[in-house]
Amino acid sequence: MNLTHLERLEAESIHIMRELVAEAENPVMLYSVGKDSAAMLHLAKKAFFPSTPPFPLLHVDTTWKFKDMYALREKAAKEAGMELLIYQNPEAVERGINPFDHGSLHTEMWKTEGLKKALDHYGFDAAFGGARRDEEKSRAKERVFSFRTAKHRWDAKNQRPELWNLYNARKAKGESIRVFPLSNWTELDVWQYIQLEDIEIVPLYFAAERPTVVRDGMLIMVDDDRLPLQQDEAPVQRSIRFRTLGCYPLTGAIESHAATLPEVIQEMLLTTTSERQGRAIDHDSSGSMEKKKQEGYF
Amino acid sequence: MVAKDEKYQTDALIAEDIDAYLEAHQHKSMLRFITCGSVDDGKSTLIGRLLYDTKMIFEDQLDALEADSKKVGTQGQNIDFALLVDGLAAEREQGITIDVSYRFFTTEKRKFIVADTPGHEQYTRNMVTGASTADLAVILIDARQGVLTQTRRHSYLVKLVGIKHVVLAVNKMDLVGYDQGVFDKIIADYHEFATSIGIDSYTAIPISGLAGDNIAQLSDNTPWYSGQSLLEHLENVQLDVALNQDKAFRMAVQWVNRPNLDFRGFSGQIAAGSVKPGDKVRVVPSGKTSTIKRIVTMDGDLEVAVAGQSVTLTLADEIDCSRGDVIAAAESPPEVADQFETTIVWMSDEPLLPGRSVRMKIGTQTVSAHVQQPKYQIDINSMQHLAAKKLELNSIGVAEVATDKPIVFEPYDSNRDMGGFILIDKNTNATIAAGMIHFSLRRSKNVHWQPVDIDRDAHCRLKNQRPLVLWFTGLSGSGKSTIANEVEKRLHFMNRHTFLLDGDNIRHGLNRDLGFTDADRVENIRRIGEIAKLMTDAGLIVLTAFISPFRAERQMARAMLPDGEFIEVFVDTPLQVAESRDVKGLYKKARSGELKNFTGIDSPYEEPVSAEIRIDTTKMSAREAARHIVNQLFGLDEAD
Repeated sequence: MNLTHLERLEAESIHIMRELVAEAENPVMLYSVGKDSAAMLHLAKKAFFPSTPPFPLLHVDTTWKFKDMYALREKAAKEAGMELLIYQNPEAVERGINPFDHGSLHTEMWKTEGLKKALDHYGFDAAFGGARRDEEKSRAKERVFSFRTAKHRWDAKNQRPELWNLYNARKAKGESIRVFPLSNWTELDVWQYIQLEDIEIVPLYFAAERPTVVRDGMLIMVDDDRLPLQQDEAPVQRSIRFRTLGCYPLTGAIESHAATLPEVIQEMLLTTTSERQGRAIDHDSSGSMEKKKQEGYF
Repeated sequence: MVAKDEKYQTDALIAEDIDAYLEAHQHKSMLRFITCGSVDDGKSTLIGRLLYDTKMIFEDQLDALEADSKKVGTQGQNIDFALLVDGLAAEREQGITIDVSYRFFTTEKRKFIVADTPGHEQYTRNMVTGASTADLAVILIDARQGVLTQTRRHSYLVKLVGIKHVVLAVNKMDLVGYDQGVFDKIIADYHEFATSIGIDSYTAIPISGLAGDNIAQLSDNTPWYSGQSLLEHLENVQLDVALNQDKAFRMAVQWVNRPNLDFRGFSGQIAAGSVKPGDKVRVVPSGKTSTIKRIVTMDGDLEVAVAGQSVTLTLADEIDCSRGDVIAAAESPPEVADQFETTIVWMSDEPLLPGRSVRMKIGTQTVSAHVQQPKYQIDINSMQHLAAKKLELNSIGVAEVATDKPIVFEPYDSNRDMGGFILIDKNTNATIAAGMIHFSLRRSKNVHWQPVDIDRDAHCRLKNQRPLVLWFTGLSGSGKSTIANEVEKRLHFMNRHTFLLDGDNIRHGLNRDLGFTDADRVENIRRIGEIAKLMTDAGLIVLTAFISPFRAERQMARAMLPDGEFIEVFVDTPLQVAESRDVKGLYKKARSGELKNFTGIDSPYEEPVSAEIRIDTTKMSAREAARHIVNQLFGLDEAD
């Protein structure tokens, strides 16, 4: 019996999830509501069936996600029967950090700091994340079980060697492990799996008429009235969709008419720009993702 | 210049009939392989070329690549494919890859995962890591250089890790005028060497990563070559996962699935063979047998499951089975043993100390183990066997390993998942070695415990006491022996049967063959632990007074005894206090360099983190300390 690449990837991800659950004391799954999170959550359901996955979902919220994301977040957690924890960095709440006035501080405070604080707050010693090695160069050498110091730092030069399917989940008190069950999946694999397994994803991945403005060459969707408009600026209805989802004022849409999954995949394959280009985060400086990871960004 | 030329067009099917394309791509298989070679062999260039030829590069990446090529590239005005592959900022500056990274590309037939591993000698560890999950290895040779020492090294490691498919990619054929003579000469040289280390089959392909010859398509430049292109070969080679399906069934239990009282399933990934409901199985090591009832998945029960799949099995009978057990075909279960001959690849900056207690993870089993002094080390450049007392970072040796309880295994040659293991440091939790089991040692099969009639309990009853080990640890001159002596006197007055082990009666006799290197210190403490254990079996209260500087060895001694019988007494005297006392004048000698490896000076002392009793000798006299210890032992009031 020949296993297809998706069957092997699925089996590997399930193996990874079960290893962590067997060896960690207090694991959690980071759930960002994106398509990778959706695939990861689906794999978790499969890994522990007929049990409910024995860990909660954690959404590190920035308060600036798309409304559709918040809606699916509640629904997906409920359907999985899993506890949903929502964490907003209290310091960012207090200082009213937003993407317009605070630039890169927005990501740092809500996401990087927010994640660290959330893990400390709940005392999680291990966290599943949906990152893939094909996303970005510095991710390509990330381990599946990626060890973090008590200060959440990632030391690229001092990673544990990972052999066969043996994962070392041992750590001292205070240290933690980030685990990436989708490490060996590509963007195409994830899309194909979503199609094959009929996994629900945020409708924003599909093209529809949506109100938009153009900012710094990016198409920004006006998701609510918090987006400050210039004097002569008026939102324009355009048929758009998103390749990745984040904070709506920072996430660039593409003009598209791809309204079904095969059409989205088709467009993805024909398109000539890579996935993360829609995110402002990678453009800061060369090697910026690597720097952010060392500081504790997922 | 090969940028954005005609060739760089995505599959026409995507645009014309996406459903047909997706259908085709749903049935592809997956191959994991590694590339071995140095920077100079054009390894990164080859991977970059494979990504490029299989349309895995987006236009924005291509633009960035062109810009980078001009700025920091090594190919003049041409695209430097290597820049696509070399990831981290530090490496990019150095111009070399320093770790294992993984790349992905796909064709209609297969998805490929490439482990990119560096070719530098000091990074044996990375290559073994990358190779451990690979079905195939591409060994690169620079056509101008021929078979080099590093080619031999890479081939040896590939063989060691058990990769069955070897591709010898003779690269840079463009720089030797696509000369068949050059190619044939290299193959002849390689053949001789490969046979000598047991690689009996390999596929040689003349290529140019830079120019693209024989990568995706056969090249007109090598009309004399009649084989497949590299990509065709990668698409057609047989996968290990398919071979594993023909073996006897084995699945290591990862997790027991108990959603409610009515369901008890055993979750794991099948390591070999296949399984169906009704199959007779044996749970190893217990040996209990049962029958497979269901193969449970979220998509419904399966009629059959095969090697590579992650499943949940239920059994017809309620038998003990938990994480670490292996469910196997009843008629041909795997072996169980506690002593093995292994090959060890050392991966830590700290050298292997024979005898030190470490964690061993094999399959889903984690046990305590210790590695004996290596039988020999292998020089991976000459394949010679060298004598070795320890193993350093990136060295490979053959050594015996003993575990504290029997484990389920198969020789690595028969099954990688059942015979490959990692070693984990008990203090730092770092992964310090990878190992491969050759076979179990006959003596562990044949040395059985002889049951005795006068057992431990009988000895204790006669002495009317509970045996204990009081393990004193602390710096030289901290007062261990003095306090231990006082404690023994008190116990003696209380009619307890005791024995004090200290440097005088051990170092001068049993351990007089040992010095003060880290390795000898480990062995010293191991022997003392074993002696102390025998004495507790005789019913005695044992006091040991040794510096015992390492946590791992104190932990090993603790693990030899039943819970509650090992009492660690930390004689906590600050270094400056101990040094100022300097009863034996040893600190002075150590400071002057006359005495080497002295704990606290040029050899570390690892303080206990959770000693049962801690004595602060700056606040208590030896007699007060002894009274405090005895009171603690017998739960007496301090005021007594």
